[in-house]
Amino acid sequence: MSADVILSGALTGLEGPLLFARREANVALNDAVEVIGREGRGRVGRVSALDEEAMVIEVLESTTGLDLDGTRIRIRQRPLEMALGPGLLGRVFNSVGAPIDGGPALPAERRQRVDGMAINPAARDLPRDFIETTVSTIDLMNSLVRGQKLPLFSCGGLPHDRLATQIAQRARLRDAQAGEFCVVFVGIGVPYDTAENFRYAMEKSGALAHTAMFLNHADEPSTQRLLTPRFALTAAEYLAFVEDRHVLVVMTDMTNYCEALREVSASHGEIPSRKGYPGYMYSDLATIFERAGCIKGLPGTLTQLPILTMPGDDIGHPIPDLTGYITEGQIVLGRELDRKGVYPPVEVLPSLSRLMDAGTGKGYTHPDHPALSNQLFACYARASRARVLASVMGVDGLPETDRRFLEFGDAFEERLVSQQYPRTLEESMALGWELLRALPVSELTRLSGEQLACYIEAPAEAG
Amino acid sequence: MTQAVIQWIGGPVLKARVSEPFQIHEALAVGEQRLLGEVIQLSGDLLTAQVYEDTTGLKPGDPVVGSGLPLSVALGPGILGNIFDGLLRPLSEASGHWFQPGLAAARSGQFRFEPGVGEGDELAGGQVFGQVDGPGPGRACLVPPLLSGRVRSIRPAGTYAEDEPVLEIEDAGGRVHRVAMQHDWPVRRPRPAAERLSADAPMVTGQRILDTLFPVARGGRAALPGGFGTGKTVLQESLAKWCDADVIVYVGCGERGNEMADVLDEFPHLEDPRTGRPLMERTVIIANTSNMPVAAREASIYTAITVAEYFRDQGLHVALMADSTSRWAEALREVSGRLGELPGESGYPAYLASRLADFYERASRVKALNGEEGSVTVIGAVSPPAGDFSEPVTSHTKRYVRSFWALDRGRAQARSYPAIHPLKSYAEDVDTLARWWQLQGNSEWREYRRRLLGLLESQARLERMARIVGKDSLPPEQQLTLLAADLMNEGFLRQSAFSEVDRFCSPKRQTAMLRLMMQFIDLAGEAVAAGTPPAEIAAMPILRTLQRLGEEFGEDDLERQSEVASEIGAAFNALNDHKEAADVG
Repeated sequence: MSADVILSGALTGLEGPLLFARREANVALNDAVEVIGREGRGRVGRVSALDEEAMVIEVLESTTGLDLDGTRIRIRQRPLEMALGPGLLGRVFNSVGAPIDGGPALPAERRQRVDGMAINPAARDLPRDFIETTVSTIDLMNSLVRGQKLPLFSCGGLPHDRLATQIAQRARLRDAQAGEFCVVFVGIGVPYDTAENFRYAMEKSGALAHTAMFLNHADEPSTQRLLTPRFALTAAEYLAFVEDRHVLVVMTDMTNYCEALREVSASHGEIPSRKGYPGYMYSDLATIFERAGCIKGLPGTLTQLPILTMPGDDIGHPIPDLTGYITEGQIVLGRELDRKGVYPPVEVLPSLSRLMDAGTGKGYTHPDHPALSNQLFACYARASRARVLASVMGVDGLPETDRRFLEFGDAFEERLVSQQYPRTLEESMALGWELLRALPVSELTRLSGEQLACYIEAPAEAG
Repeated sequence: MTQAVIQWIGGPVLKARVSEPFQIHEALAVGEQRLLGEVIQLSGDLLTAQVYEDTTGLKPGDPVVGSGLPLSVALGPGILGNIFDGLLRPLSEASGHWFQPGLAAARSGQFRFEPGVGEGDELAGGQVFGQVDGPGPGRACLVPPLLSGRVRSIRPAGTYAEDEPVLEIEDAGGRVHRVAMQHDWPVRRPRPAAERLSADAPMVTGQRILDTLFPVARGGRAALPGGFGTGKTVLQESLAKWCDADVIVYVGCGERGNEMADVLDEFPHLEDPRTGRPLMERTVIIANTSNMPVAAREASIYTAITVAEYFRDQGLHVALMADSTSRWAEALREVSGRLGELPGESGYPAYLASRLADFYERASRVKALNGEEGSVTVIGAVSPPAGDFSEPVTSHTKRYVRSFWALDRGRAQARSYPAIHPLKSYAEDVDTLARWWQLQGNSEWREYRRRLLGLLESQARLERMARIVGKDSLPPEQQLTLLAADLMNEGFLRQSAFSEVDRFCSPKRQTAMLRLMMQFIDLAGEAVAAGTPPAEIAAMPILRTLQRLGEEFGEDDLERQSEVASEIGAAFNALNDHKEAADVG
């Protein structure tokens, strides 16, 4: 590793986050640099383009206070890295991985590139271990498995943070070999109280010692927001693949990340794509979300639970849309349910877990779990259609069967979606069967004869 | 080997000062790591190139070395059954946990070679000069398409490395060419064939809604557009598993890594229903996941279709699953943006449509150079933003495909998979393919298909009406139409990809199921005409049997299905008797 080089007086221009300088040292693309202003404060940056005489440096923090003559540039001659070592858990860090809890710096046992590297697709292990979140709409209807990336699509003002906190506190594996579980909380452009509430909740449940927090507050520069998840995931990868833990990464709010991406792209003068977001937003988000996974031969896993608030409550907006194309499903929260007082307000129909089939059923959860959830989906979809009809011509105008579906729909929301206390998967399943018993047997076409006999027609034995 | 020196670099694009002539689209080795790149512009003594790998660490002054050839891949017996990156470099567990730039080494498989020609034989391009041992199809060794001449020498049977010359050919000009079991072919150039043939038979997919309603011809092209969560990938995987092609090329272009893991986990354990061999033996996976370099994503589609054409040239039927062509188009957009080209619609380059056309036109049924018949069927997934089919990639794709399978969010949310919307999808080769169904003993296919589509069309119309007047106020025939359409949706069109019994449905079983459904609908129509209320028909227990027909009666139970036919008859007789008794009483 070559030594750092310091250039002074090399700046030729400053434009937003971009710094133009004469290339007076041996610099390579993506080298990390520290831009030191007259006041002596260092800012993180990287070389984003260069030719024989000049180079462009992207400053990843605020450029306020920099000038052309007094600014020095320290060139690291290696890409942006994070120093990692034992003792990550229980600590709080800022966007660029420096402790902000007053504690000592981490021992630097190894350095890892914050951009991460793509997991070799052939070395990936298929995620299969069911995680019990104790939330019925997730466990029963859209199961989460280790190594999955499952975002919460929410809207402003909905209790997504509360739900994420509860999942972080309660999530567990069903069998004994649970291994070491830990949480990495990433606050991206979050208000102070969101971060504090999370910290307090984790502390109260005694889980703070298994949690590392990376915070980028709402008033910090947006360029730093692009770094927060990368530093946090680098730490998470260290916890998962070096220290062999099972890591759950909770990231809130990815919408702030995307807004920052748009802002930075615009300041680079790039050609915008949909709604002003850069055309590479899909690839950029993928470099974050694809860092979830399991690797063959390594015991640790990395699971992601990103949270995003849909601008204008619109699921077709580029942020949820591109996220949905990358992640393995989504849990959608709805305002209507929230207004009805249903907590957690999970909209079951647009929610989906793509890895559910790999992690549920015989040998994983319960042999009848997939059929039950399938049947509940079909019935609830039917109930929603009946609601549309009822809204036009009134409940009385509906045929008998449709009226029973309407009742089923209400019961489903009030009893299964809404929950005040944690439920095991068995409890959720028992509730599901009970709800189905209110419907005519002839409508339950997704269940086999044996399932009907066991759970619907002779419920006493099934318990 | 021509040389150049990097002058400017930003992201995956670089400019280099050349001292010797380079060709456009020439493949390059960039920097000390010898990263793969391609020349995309030449201007004076400057060339512009895109690099297919992570360019971190490159700097002005680093060397760029030309290969003298356009971007090419090595086609040979080591391809089948394996997984590669977008540039056909092998990925395996052995190559480490992380994908690394310059992850170089070419394949170095050893194969047992059996010569098929002798000294002095005349050979033309594309002809077979030997075979390799091994399981699965695609074991012929081909003469490179543009080479022909007289065999000067050929190695005896034995085990050789894939890239070791085994044959020497002297062309008409007296030049000697050394040929190995594998040969290079530029990915952006279609491989030549003797003759293009027109469609004659469908590619049987084993999916009822496709084979019966929207078939795709062998050598045809289909698009599969759908928003996220509508089941594109599951359907693509089902097709890869159960369609009746000899070779499957599956390209994951800018998609999820866990999906590749799923395919790699599942395929070796699944059996091909026709040959009884592991599915992996007939499969090639090309993986460029969404977090791998974008420029390689652009190339991966061409790599895949070149591999498909190579197997076609051996007289095989190949199906190419591209998931997703939208990511490929986005890669085009990204590279175009970095070059500062003028953007067209939605920021895509103006040449998007012609690139899509070039790609889909490489799907074909041909007489190969060696006289055998082969085909490449392309099935491209499209991921339109916000599920909006009017966006550029979907609308341009629509112009070049002959089968359009539109996925619908409403159907997906009710977990009614495959979520293909029957009224928004189409297939253009129906008339040609009806002959094939006739040969399979289903001469009513076209008529059934027309009735089924008519039924679904009426359903949409009647449901709109029912929303205003109420379902009960519809006349009995129309209520029956709704009931029949529900039965077709639930009992016939829905098919679970995860059900051991129903994930594959042979044309024979599809025909049998369709006949039972139509028998029921006809009898129910007669009963309603005779005055039976539709509610009584909806309450018939036989309806449940029909709704679960796919799930309960597998491929081995075709005999039992004929019993269902008599049960249906009996059920309606009982209904009529009951009604007559009631009328008399």
